[in-house]
Amino acid sequence: MRKKIKLRVNGVEERHEVEVNETLLDFLRDTLDLTGTKEGCNEGECGACMVLLDGKAVNSCLVLAVEANGREVTTVEGLADGPRLHPVQRAFLEHSAVQCGFCTPGMIITAVGMLNENPEPSEADVRRAMSGNLCRCTGYRQIIDAVLEAAKAMRTGVAREGVAR
Amino acid sequence: MNPRWIGHTVERVDGVEKVTGASRFTADLKFPRLLHAFVIRSPHPHARVLDVRMKKAAKASGVRAVATGREFPFHTGIYLKDQTVFATDRVRFVGDPVAALAAETPEEAAAAAALVEVDYEPLEPIFDAPAGIAPGAPLVHPDLGRYECVPWITPKAGTNICNHLKVRKGDYEGVLARCARVVENVFEVPQVQHVPLETHVSVAHVDLTGKIEVHTSAQSPFTVRHLLCACFSLPHGDVSVNVPAVGGGFGGKAGINLEPIAVALAMVARGRWVRVLVDRVEEFYATVVRQGLTATMVTGVDRNGKVQAQKMHYLWNCGAYGGYGVNVVRAAGYTCGGAYEFPNVWGDSIGVYTNRPIGSAYRGFGMQEIHWALEQQMDIVAHEIGIDPVEFRLLNCLGPGKSTVTGQVLDEHAGRPDTCIERVAATIGMKPDRPRTRYRGKGIACAVKAPAMPNDASSSVVLKFAEDATLEVLLSGIDYGQGLKTIAAQFAAEALDLPMERVRVRGNPDTDLSPYDWQTVASRQTWATGNAIFKAGAELKRQLFAMAAQVLEVPPGELECRNGEVVHPPTSRTIPLPRLVMGYQFPDGHTIGGPVAAAGAFVPEGLLHLHPETSQSAKPVAKWTFGAQALEVSVDPETGRYEVERVAACYDVGRVVNPGLIAGQTYGGVVQGLGTGTMEELVLDRRSGRVVNASLMDYKIPTSEDVPKEIAVSYVETPQADGPLGARGIGEHTMIPTPAALANALYDACGIRIKGLPITAEKVLAALKEERTGHRAQGAGKKEPEKEEVGTR
Repeated sequence: MRKKIKLRVNGVEERHEVEVNETLLDFLRDTLDLTGTKEGCNEGECGACMVLLDGKAVNSCLVLAVEANGREVTTVEGLADGPRLHPVQRAFLEHSAVQCGFCTPGMIITAVGMLNENPEPSEADVRRAMSGNLCRCTGYRQIIDAVLEAAKAMRTGVAREGVAR
Repeated sequence: MNPRWIGHTVERVDGVEKVTGASRFTADLKFPRLLHAFVIRSPHPHARVLDVRMKKAAKASGVRAVATGREFPFHTGIYLKDQTVFATDRVRFVGDPVAALAAETPEEAAAAAALVEVDYEPLEPIFDAPAGIAPGAPLVHPDLGRYECVPWITPKAGTNICNHLKVRKGDYEGVLARCARVVENVFEVPQVQHVPLETHVSVAHVDLTGKIEVHTSAQSPFTVRHLLCACFSLPHGDVSVNVPAVGGGFGGKAGINLEPIAVALAMVARGRWVRVLVDRVEEFYATVVRQGLTATMVTGVDRNGKVQAQKMHYLWNCGAYGGYGVNVVRAAGYTCGGAYEFPNVWGDSIGVYTNRPIGSAYRGFGMQEIHWALEQQMDIVAHEIGIDPVEFRLLNCLGPGKSTVTGQVLDEHAGRPDTCIERVAATIGMKPDRPRTRYRGKGIACAVKAPAMPNDASSSVVLKFAEDATLEVLLSGIDYGQGLKTIAAQFAAEALDLPMERVRVRGNPDTDLSPYDWQTVASRQTWATGNAIFKAGAELKRQLFAMAAQVLEVPPGELECRNGEVVHPPTSRTIPLPRLVMGYQFPDGHTIGGPVAAAGAFVPEGLLHLHPETSQSAKPVAKWTFGAQALEVSVDPETGRYEVERVAACYDVGRVVNPGLIAGQTYGGVVQGLGTGTMEELVLDRRSGRVVNASLMDYKIPTSEDVPKEIAVSYVETPQADGPLGARGIGEHTMIPTPAALANALYDACGIRIKGLPITAEKVLAALKEERTGHRAQGAGKKEPEKEEVGTR
C-alpha cells in the first residue's frame, strides 16, 4: 500500500508517494539519494542512521517514512551552511575524531541533537548521549573531546569559520 | 633535516567528505536496474549436500539468476584454496553458502529463497580444536591433501590440521630439566567478530564482452582481482575491482570475501548489476571471525629470574575454512615468544578445522591471542619467583643484540621494548614498593608484531602533476579509517616541499587505472606506501631539475624544490612549478620536457624463508613494532564488576608521522582491546551449531560509556632502517596487550587469575569466591585448578 507524504528535508519541501512500510532510512537513501545517513544494523542498535526529526535525533531505521509526514528532517548533508561547516563537524576534524567515517554522520547528528537540548553538557552527559552510536575505529576519546569542544564553541558564539573544499 | 609536514597533526585530507556525508561507500553507489542477491546458507554445522533444487526459485517472480556449486565448483582462498564459491558435496558451518539468487527487489529475492530445496545428510560436527585433533575425529575436509596451497603452509592430509609451524631453538628439554622453577598454564580465547560498522557488500557486473567490473568493500582490490581470476580462470585484464570508501575492516575485509558470489550471479545475469549485501546478523556468523585459541605454556626460569626454556603450544580453532587463517597460525608460530628473548624454545602453532564460523585475519593477526597467554604466563612466573613483573619483563625482553625465537639477532633499528615498558610503568605508577589498596590493581603487558605477509608483498604509487601543479598521488592502499590518504599527502608534500593544499591523494582504487598494491593489512601501508612515495618523489625532482637546469643553465645538482617552486639557492633564481610540470616553453616557443610523472615501488629486501623444521631464519620478517600497555583497575568484590580507570600505551613507532592520527589508532586499539578483554565472545549453541548472539543486541562492543577516563599515549622513535623517515607500522599493535594487562591488573588487585577471555564480571565474581573459600567454584569457566601448577621438575 502506498501513501503520499509531504515533508521538509534539509530545508527543502519534498512530496513523494511511499510504501507504508518503508523506513525513513530507506526513503532518504533510495528516493532522495541522501546516502550520508548509513545503515549499520537496521534494528536501532548502532546509531549510524541517526537523523534529526523536528530537531530531535532518532534512528531513521526505526521510523517509517509516513511518520515523517508534515515534519522537518535534517540529515548530515543539511548541517553545513554552504561551505561553512557546522561547529560539530568542524570540531570532529580538529580533534581527529573521524576514522573510517561510517559512524561519523550518525555521531554528528546525535551530538547536534543533544546540544539542541543541552548546550552545556558535562563529559558524562556526552558519553551518555553518544552511547547509542557505535564506533569501532576511534575508541570514542576524540569524539567525546570534539563534542565538548563544539559545545563550547557554540555557547560562546564563536562559530569558527569552517571552509569546505 | 627538519620536516615540514611529518610529525604534525595535519587534518584528514578526506575529513570534510566524511563529516558532510559526501563520502560514498559501496552501498551508497547507485547502479541502474540493480539486482539484489540472497545467499542460501546451510542450517547445519556439518552435513553432506545430497541435492540442491533451484527450479521453483528460478521461476519465482523477479528472479533473474540462480547459482549453485554445480555450476560454480571453483576453489578460492588466499593461501590455501579450501573453499568453493558455493558448497559442492558438503557444508561445514551454519552459514556456509549453498546457493544464491538475484532478483529485481530484495523482497522478491527473499521470497524466492524460501523456494530453494536442499537435501542434507547431517554429519557429526566438531566445535573445539582439541576435539579436532583427537584420533578418529570426523574430518571437516576429507580432500585436504588435494587443495592448492602456497609452499610455506603445511596442511596434513587425513587430519583436521590445516597448518602446523614448529619452532625449535636450542635444547628446550635438557635446559628445562635443570631450571629452578617450571610453571605451566593453559589459556583460552574464544572466537570474536570484527564488527565493522559497514557490513560486507560487493557489486558485480559482466558486460556483453565478458569484462567483469566489481565494486566492493574490501581492503585489497588487487588481491581480490587476483583471487577472482584464479577462482574463475580469467585473465587479469578482463576483471576490474573498484573500492570506494570502506567503513572499517580490521582484517575482516582482507583477502576475498563476498566477491565470488556476486561475480557468479553476474555471470548468469549478464548485463545486469548484482549486489550481495549481508545484513548485521549474517555479518556476525557468515562472513569471517577471529580464530579461537587454546594455549599451553611451560616456562623454565633460573634463580635470577631469566627464562631459560620456554614451550608454547598454540592450538587454533580455525573454523570451517583456513584460506586466510593458516597464515595467522604461521605468524603466531614465528612470533611465538612475543617480546621476549628465550634461549631454548619449543614452539608449535597448529591450525585445526572445526565446524564453526570461518576464522580469518583480525587486527593483530593472532598476536592479541598469544599475548593473552604469554603476558599472563610471564606475570605468573614473575610472581612465583618473587620478582616484580616490570623488572621481570625488563630482564627478559627483546631489544638490540637479543635473539628472537627464530634466531634473528635484532639490530639497533629494531625498536626498544624496554623503553616502552619503563614508560607505561612510570605513567601508571608501578613501583614495586607502591602502597597497596585491596581491590585496586595495576597490570602491564608487552606487545610485538611483524607484518605477516609473503616476502614479495609490494606497494607502488604514481605521482603526477595537474596543469596548475597540483600533485596527484595515485595509490591502491585503502584508507579505511587509519588515515593512509593523509599520511600519503604528508609524505608527498614533504618529498616535494609543497603546501598541503597542493596535494590530492587519489585513493579509492580501480585496478584498471591504479598502481599495484598487495593488500592493506599487516600495519604495512605507512611504511611500504610511504617508501614508494619518496622514491617516486625523488624521480619527479629528477625530471623537474633536468628541465630547470636547462632553463637556468646551472647543474641540476644545485637545484631544490621549495614551497611549489624550483629554486637555485646560489643565485636565488626560481621557476614556479606550473611553468615546468607540463614541459617548459622558452620565450622563442620551443619546449622541453613534458608532463612530469613518476611511479615508485617498494618491496622489502633481504627476507629469508623459515627453516621448514625449526623455523630458524636470520630475517623472517621485514620489521618489528614493540610496545607496552599498563592499566589500573578497581574491582567491586560484591558484584565482580570492575572498572578500567587508566590506561597507558607506549609504542616504538620509529617516527610519529601525524600525532592526531596515531593517537586515534592507539585509543581505538585500546578500546577494541578492552572489547575483546571484557565483553566479546561469539557464543555457539552446541546442539545446533548456530551462533546465538549474532546481533548488536546480544553481542556487545564498547560504547562511549565504556571508555576509561584516561588513556595516556606516548611513542618512542627509534628509526626503522628501511622506513620512510624512519616510520614503522602501528595500526594493529594497539589492541594486542590490553586484555593481558587487564588480567594482570586483576591479579594485582585481588589475587585472581582469569585465563579465559572475555573477563566478565561473572568470572571475576566466581574467581573471588574461589579465592576466598579456597575451593573450586563452578562458573569460573575454566577447567584449570585455581592455583597455577608450579613445581620443580
